[in-house]
Amino acid sequence: MELNDEQIHRYSRHIILPEVGGKGQKKLLSARVILVGAGGLGCPVGYYLAAAGVGTIGIIDNDTIELSNLQRQIAHNTERVGMHKTDSAKKTFEALNPDVNVIAIKERITKDNILDFIKDYDIVVDGSDNFPTRYLVNDACVLSGKPLVSGAILRFEGQVTTILPKEGHCYRCLFEEPPPPGLVPSCQEAGVLGALPGVIGGLQAMEVLKLILGKGEPLKNRLLIYDALKTSFRKVKIPKNPACPVCGENPTITELHDYEAEYCQMRL
Amino acid sequence: MEEIKPDKTINIKGLVCPYTFVKSKLAIEDMEVGEVLEIILDYPEASRSIPKSMEDHGHKVLKVEKINDTDWVIVIRKERE
Repeated sequence: MELNDEQIHRYSRHIILPEVGGKGQKKLLSARVILVGAGGLGCPVGYYLAAAGVGTIGIIDNDTIELSNLQRQIAHNTERVGMHKTDSAKKTFEALNPDVNVIAIKERITKDNILDFIKDYDIVVDGSDNFPTRYLVNDACVLSGKPLVSGAILRFEGQVTTILPKEGHCYRCLFEEPPPPGLVPSCQEAGVLGALPGVIGGLQAMEVLKLILGKGEPLKNRLLIYDALKTSFRKVKIPKNPACPVCGENPTITELHDYEAEYCQMRL
Repeated sequence: MEEIKPDKTINIKGLVCPYTFVKSKLAIEDMEVGEVLEIILDYPEASRSIPKSMEDHGHKVLKVEKINDTDWVIVIRKERE
């Protein structure tokens, strides 16, 4: 693949970086990344990956845009209320960068379809808004050996971690099981200040670009916690747990299953 | 002094920064370590910035010379991938 003149201009600020260059840009253009969720996190992650020239971006979400999403979900807009989020994200990202092919998948992920969705991609990004999906994505990535960049937000706090199956920790090394529904914040408690997903999504996008380029240190065996009110970042060590039920030495989870618990839909 | 024979020559007259360096860098990326790139340019600032950036990237600047009223020639040897 050779970069054309327009691409040389578009990506010039990448090319002049010693860590990227034309070779790194070609890696980005041939990379395939799939986003779980086209909401608060999926919007900024996809936006920056598209701008950076990540060639193929899959995006899974079965929701339509509501007015209450627009305070933070920056790939959508007022005219598109009612439209599928994945269609809106595709329009926005491809308008920003026609080099990018966005594959919109209007489905709810389940244990039966997730492995099929992620199998053709190099990296998975979790920007989902609920625990059942978060655990399902983790288990699917561990079982299929896919790198996973996971992000989560609530109110004024966000978290990011990068899961490299076999090499490092997974989500269940940290929290073996999803919390019981009673401990999950109710809808009334689950606000989020609009720029928070921008911070966390920006960090996730950066982790993805580093993985594609093979540069720097990913957040492996680490959980980064951002406290927006204090403007503080903390990096917590998460050792790989040898007794982890999915990535440990004697795993008890060897196939996927859906959590059917009655969680309030927070729609973050 | 022995004349250095370039393995590749690019003419980037008419380009301004940072595209002067972008084009030079893309050219040198496609070459082998030890090969020599000759760059002909007419943007005065780039006659200073390209040699500096090439050194920062670990390459060897063999020559920077003004060859007429408007043009420079810069010769770089690729030292690393």
